[in-house]
Amino acid sequence: MDGSLATPAPVRDDALLRATRRRRLASRLLAHAALLLGVAIVAFPIWMTLVGSTHDAGTIGRGDVPLLPGSHAAENYATAWNEGGGRTRTTPASVMLWNSLLMAVLIAVGKITISILSAYAVVFFRFPGRMIAFWAIFITLMLPVEVRIIPTFQVIVDLNLGNSWTGLVVPLIASATATLLFRQFFLTIPDEFVEAAKMDGAGPLRFLRDVVLPLSLTNIAALFVILFIYGWNQYLWPLLIINDRSMETIVVGLSKMIGRGDSQNDWNTIMATAVLALLPPVLVVALMQRWFVRGLTETEK
Amino acid sequence: MQKKVFFRGRLLPLVLLAPQLAVTVVFFFWPAGQAILQSTMREDAFGFSREFVGLENFREVLEDPAWVNAALNSFVFSALVAGLALGLALFLAVQADKSLRGATVYRSLLIWPYAVAPAVAAVLWLFLFQPQVGLIGRGLNAIGIAWDYRLNGGQAMTLIVIAAAWKQLAYNFIFFLAGLQSIPASVLEAAAIDGARPTRRFWTVIFPLLSPTTFFLLVVNLTYAFFETFGIIHALTGGGPAKATETLIYKVYVDGVENLNLGQSSAQSVILMIIVIALTAIQFRAVEKKVHY
Amino acid sequence: MRRRHLAAGALALATLVSVPLAVRAQQPVELQFWHGLNQPLGGMLEQLATDFNATQSTYKVVPSFRGSYAETVVAAIAAFRSSTAPHIVQMFEVGTGTMMSAGRAVKPLHEILAETGVAIDPRDFIGPVAGYYAAADGRMMAMPFNSSTAIAYYNKDMFQRAGLDPNAFPATWQGVEDAARKLKAAGIACPMTTSWPSWIMVEQLLAIHDVPLASRSNGFEGLNTELNLANPVLTRHLTNLVNWQKDGLFRYGGRDTAAEALFPTGECAISFMSSGSRARVTREARFNWGVAMLPYYQGAEGAPRNSIIGGAALWTMNRGPNAQRSPQELRGVAEFFRYISSPAVMAKWHQDTGYVPVTRSAYEVTKAAGYYQQNAGADVPIEQMLRGGDPTANSRGIRLGGFIEIRNIIQEEMERAFQGGATPEAALANANTRGNQVLRNFERTNRNN
Repeated sequence: MDGSLATPAPVRDDALLRATRRRRLASRLLAHAALLLGVAIVAFPIWMTLVGSTHDAGTIGRGDVPLLPGSHAAENYATAWNEGGGRTRTTPASVMLWNSLLMAVLIAVGKITISILSAYAVVFFRFPGRMIAFWAIFITLMLPVEVRIIPTFQVIVDLNLGNSWTGLVVPLIASATATLLFRQFFLTIPDEFVEAAKMDGAGPLRFLRDVVLPLSLTNIAALFVILFIYGWNQYLWPLLIINDRSMETIVVGLSKMIGRGDSQNDWNTIMATAVLALLPPVLVVALMQRWFVRGLTETEK
Repeated sequence: MQKKVFFRGRLLPLVLLAPQLAVTVVFFFWPAGQAILQSTMREDAFGFSREFVGLENFREVLEDPAWVNAALNSFVFSALVAGLALGLALFLAVQADKSLRGATVYRSLLIWPYAVAPAVAAVLWLFLFQPQVGLIGRGLNAIGIAWDYRLNGGQAMTLIVIAAAWKQLAYNFIFFLAGLQSIPASVLEAAAIDGARPTRRFWTVIFPLLSPTTFFLLVVNLTYAFFETFGIIHALTGGGPAKATETLIYKVYVDGVENLNLGQSSAQSVILMIIVIALTAIQFRAVEKKVHY
Repeated sequence: MRRRHLAAGALALATLVSVPLAVRAQQPVELQFWHGLNQPLGGMLEQLATDFNATQSTYKVVPSFRGSYAETVVAAIAAFRSSTAPHIVQMFEVGTGTMMSAGRAVKPLHEILAETGVAIDPRDFIGPVAGYYAAADGRMMAMPFNSSTAIAYYNKDMFQRAGLDPNAFPATWQGVEDAARKLKAAGIACPMTTSWPSWIMVEQLLAIHDVPLASRSNGFEGLNTELNLANPVLTRHLTNLVNWQKDGLFRYGGRDTAAEALFPTGECAISFMSSGSRARVTREARFNWGVAMLPYYQGAEGAPRNSIIGGAALWTMNRGPNAQRSPQELRGVAEFFRYISSPAVMAKWHQDTGYVPVTRSAYEVTKAAGYYQQNAGADVPIEQMLRGGDPTANSRGIRLGGFIEIRNIIQEEMERAFQGGATPEAALANANTRGNQVLRNFERTNRNN
């Protein structure tokens, strides 16, 4: 791609060339300026959150939020980590972070596992009801959890799964997207591989373990990044089914700290908690950027 | 597309499918059926008495000015979020595409808000726009704009649009940039030789080539604004003031959970399901056309 | 969670096998108690449970915070439907109508007392409290606990700066308006605000003026009640509030408790808030402040009389639709109730929190200890609640089904009026129509309970 774009347009005369160059330079400078402004806009709220998490409650409460960090970072983070903040000072951020981590990992692993298994069954086997099963799964893609949230909540109540990890995680791990992705990928595995495996006398489960899974590793990694973020950021579902404070996740816990647009909050601890809440998924994106972009562009297409 | 070679066996594939199917049936088909059943019932909060009322819940929901208002809010909100997030992302992607060397750096700097949960994004923006505490909120009041999103519906809507669009910007940027970078250089050169001005070139050549990406993103953005922004609204405005920011999903939640009106909440869920299914069908047809084209 | 259950089960099994009967009998009966009180109040409430557990070894009350009152209600109902309801749930006063119609989900207090033989004298509860939680026949349904009422808080320093008498808060709304104008003239940006817009500016206002909020004695006489929001007193008051807001005398600070912070931070000079906010103001305010009774309109007939209660009561729930409580569990609940309503404990709770003493004996104990002399204004809430003798049909309380939703509707329509999106008359008429729909719906679904 580099080479092709660098190829200059055919030259007609020098003056035109110079004019074009000048225009390109100006356009590039403009581009950089615009992008830097874009980055600034994107980063500004986060910067202010970081700043907010380093001042004492009084400074923020009076409305004198400075643009530069203050000196109270250690105590704010310690309060958030050990005690929690806001008026519902009941769940420490350390507990909520652990809950979020557990939820995100369970959802990601669960989704990937059951999707691989079902995609494998649909692609590598012929059996009656295959297409019905496939469509049954595919149809879940259409209805976001949010649309059927109350009846799903009722089902959880009927099954007595409120305030349980099962109730929190399992309804979210049905995944048409991941199943479709794996199906597409499995279809690209050459038939010869299957034939060779059969000649070696390898059964379907060994073929899955020794051939399909190793081939899928990149896909799994990419998907894991996306699904981890999906899981971490869940809001409505945990809000509904968790009311035991020891199972609070950090995203829900954070929003409960602010009393709906209310100014009495301990903004310093809330901002420290906000930083803690956004750090893990942002780190995952930053550190695994290649997989993330790949996972994103592939799951959605 | 199908494989020509496959394994034999009937039990094993069913066992492999079982977990996914079980979850789908228990947490998708059962609740969906439950919603349909409950939408024809009237029930008290404790579940003691049930009365079959036919389509009455639907009639009441559709006649309810509050529901119509929520539908209108959803529409305005989604259009604004999608417009803002798509427009800004396209602009930035075009700029990033110009400087090939910087593109990946800018991408790294612009994509991470994707990882921020909507509800957390809400808290970040609240901290800026809070009238008494927030930097921008105080600034606006200082220059004479009476900023108080707790009382002014338009301002409340502005705030949730900004928070929602901010989070979605990253996603759109990634796709627009990928789309731009996959346009063959030869096409761009040909356009350059024709001597068209850059702006004109963009709208006549590049933008049409991006249209599959744009259409896809439009659908994703609308879905996002419709369904995934609950956290933003819940954390920022609670649907207020005076229902100015109550969307359809938020109303389902308020009626079902806070007001304990299961019948009408279910009827709303069913209506939403129908809307989603219709939209998905339209989307598939549109995509099919694109593929043939 | 499940693992914990499994572990607990295994433990229980091991206990069964290895421990002799006599020891097992000493295992305390656990009583789940869900509450909706934030800190610092939540901690004080949990301390009560700890203290009760220390007084005996047969029962163990296990308190757990379940979010806001509204969230606690939702959680308790969901738990009941899956047969895991807590023994005791703290329910705010707007949920009273819902709980009264909850049939066998609730175990009425009078039944518990009759069955267990534990004595709590219902006549000891002060009038407006007992009335609020009594069934039509006068028998108590729930255990009154943290009842509050609304009062005025004012910043004495600001009053002084504006040339007002810091020791006399105006008794009438006319007086409040004059004071607010002087405060504004003295450069105070926010002369007055209110928390709980519906509870204080609508429900309390009507009770004080002896005007019904709804027909059938505010809903006490049956579910076939209709709202009476478009009445002259309320229309006059909302019109005033809207005009005062335009003139910069009043600031709308949001729903429920959202405006509460405006007072202790020293932003607003006057704020109408729950008496239960006293603990917070004491802790946070860095200025001289005072409290006073809610104002009334001079010349309005029947005014002023007693204000009504807010806060919450403790309801005893059955475990599920087909699961009753054992006599032993009920006995434990009754013992706990007797403990928290004993004069010394209730008096301390009242003094620590600012909630009203729900029993006369706790009031007497507090008075005798000289508490009100040392803490000027701490008796304003109870004096206001006892004002005018026995409550009338309009000041006994409010018993509406779906009241949580109705209160939200009232707040929404008030917001519409404050925004200028509707005239006060139109907003009230709209709230009336929408609220009546909720009432009809509730009447229909709860006819048979």
